[in-house]
Amino acid sequence: MKFLLWIKATAFLACLIPLALLGFDAYTDNLGANPIEVVTRSSGTWTLVFLLITLGVTPLRKIFGWQSLIKFRRMLGLYAFFYAFLHFTTYIWLDQFFDFAEIIKDVAKRPFITAGFLSFVLLMPLALTSTSGMIRRLGRRWQQLHRLTYVIAIGGVVHFLWLVKADIRRPLIYGSILTLLLACRLAMRCRLALPARLSRAHKEVPIEPFIGDPATPGRE
Amino acid sequence: MLIKKPSDIKSSEITGKETYWNRRKFLIQASAALATMAAGFSIPGLLEPSRAHGGTRLVGVRKSLLSADEPANSFKDITTYNNFYEFGTDKYAPARNAKDFITRPWTVAVEGEIRRPKVYDIDELKKLSPLEERTYRLRCVEGWSMVIPWVGFPLNALIRQVEPTSRAKYVEFISLLDPKQMPGQRRGVLDWPYNEGLRLGEATYPLTILAVGLYGEILPNQNGAPIRLVVPWKYGFKSIKSIVRIRFVEKQPLTSWMKAAPHEYGFYSNVNPEVHHPRWSQARERRIGEFGKRKTLLFNGYADQVAHLYQGMDLKSYF
Repeated sequence: MKFLLWIKATAFLACLIPLALLGFDAYTDNLGANPIEVVTRSSGTWTLVFLLITLGVTPLRKIFGWQSLIKFRRMLGLYAFFYAFLHFTTYIWLDQFFDFAEIIKDVAKRPFITAGFLSFVLLMPLALTSTSGMIRRLGRRWQQLHRLTYVIAIGGVVHFLWLVKADIRRPLIYGSILTLLLACRLAMRCRLALPARLSRAHKEVPIEPFIGDPATPGRE
Repeated sequence: MLIKKPSDIKSSEITGKETYWNRRKFLIQASAALATMAAGFSIPGLLEPSRAHGGTRLVGVRKSLLSADEPANSFKDITTYNNFYEFGTDKYAPARNAKDFITRPWTVAVEGEIRRPKVYDIDELKKLSPLEERTYRLRCVEGWSMVIPWVGFPLNALIRQVEPTSRAKYVEFISLLDPKQMPGQRRGVLDWPYNEGLRLGEATYPLTILAVGLYGEILPNQNGAPIRLVVPWKYGFKSIKSIVRIRFVEKQPLTSWMKAAPHEYGFYSNVNPEVHHPRWSQARERRIGEFGKRKTLLFNGYADQVAHLYQGMDLKSYF
């Protein structure tokens, strides 16, 4: 148990490296000609990366049997929210300077902003319900709610794709990884659902735990 | 061809410019003197703003009264943050990837609807007209801007020499195609070689220049060496870099960006805070080096000079 705690602490600090590097570059004046753009891009990139890593937990557990990965999922998901929050704050503050009339116009008129904004808004309830107490209280609905992660990740990739001028290579890379991760889930679901359909007697085959794992403290 | 001279430069601005230049000259001379005297000692605070960047200095450069009366961005910012997709789509990539770009020998073929077609050597082009320093605002379509002290000469000096015929209505510019030297061309991000175009009236307008230098020195590779276009009232991508061909044509050319995204990039691409990019607003811009954002000005602040070129045109449909 102590060993696991150490790994968790290390992972926690590792997830802060992108922010630390950004801070270091800012301190040493190495953010280039347009520092605000670098902060915006970096926080956006790491939001997507953490979303994808979080979504990778379940497939990795199923494929390689790394059951203990589930113990990191909440932290990874919360880091996705953390970088998304930085990204959103950069936009509200350093890009729009709290001009809320402009922000509303932007969200309504610019599809890439709409996609990014919606994804961020949807992330908020997930972050709020990430406590053990909330997981217990929401029970089965917690899982349903947290499937929003799929929508959020798709929204995030679309947000990226719609903002680039011509070079869509990077959004396509994120998009491919996301497609793969979602395909894994679909495949796992089909494999499980098939025997269920074949034998009518076993209608209550537990599909759910296979798809989104309730990271209940009891299971950890 | 009738060329309207900008008569709207206030005398106060001219005086300001002179003072500015005297101060600059003083600083340049002072820093040069200091550098000689203090050989080996570096006093960065005192030497700034030094205009010696290690490149080859251009001689006999006149200061132009058409320059913007605004402080220019630093040499470092101008040469490390720019779009030049031939050397990568990241704005920090051109500085890295254009280091070994060979720009000599270099010729520019001038052809099409003209009486005197000719292949110009770059050195010949540079002597076509006295070199001028033109400090212009540059507004990128992405929403950032800079102030850049270009060195160049009016494109019109070249146009007058080649004598366009009555059929010449547009000027098309074509960049170098050389995937060996230009890594960005190995990917089909745009339809290479890059090409751009202007209406003849825009091309002959005195603000339009062919730039061969920056900050008094030979144009760095990453900024479009050895010769590039600068049209300060249009979005930056219109100012095509590393030109090898200039063609006078009757029909409006289809430019690289028009081909890539016809709904997003029009032929005119005049800076206009009212006409938005379909995906983002053009109302404001971030001037590199500034924290806040500025309001974007119609025709990038050159409306007094160039608005008449578009009289009676709906700028929203001719975007």
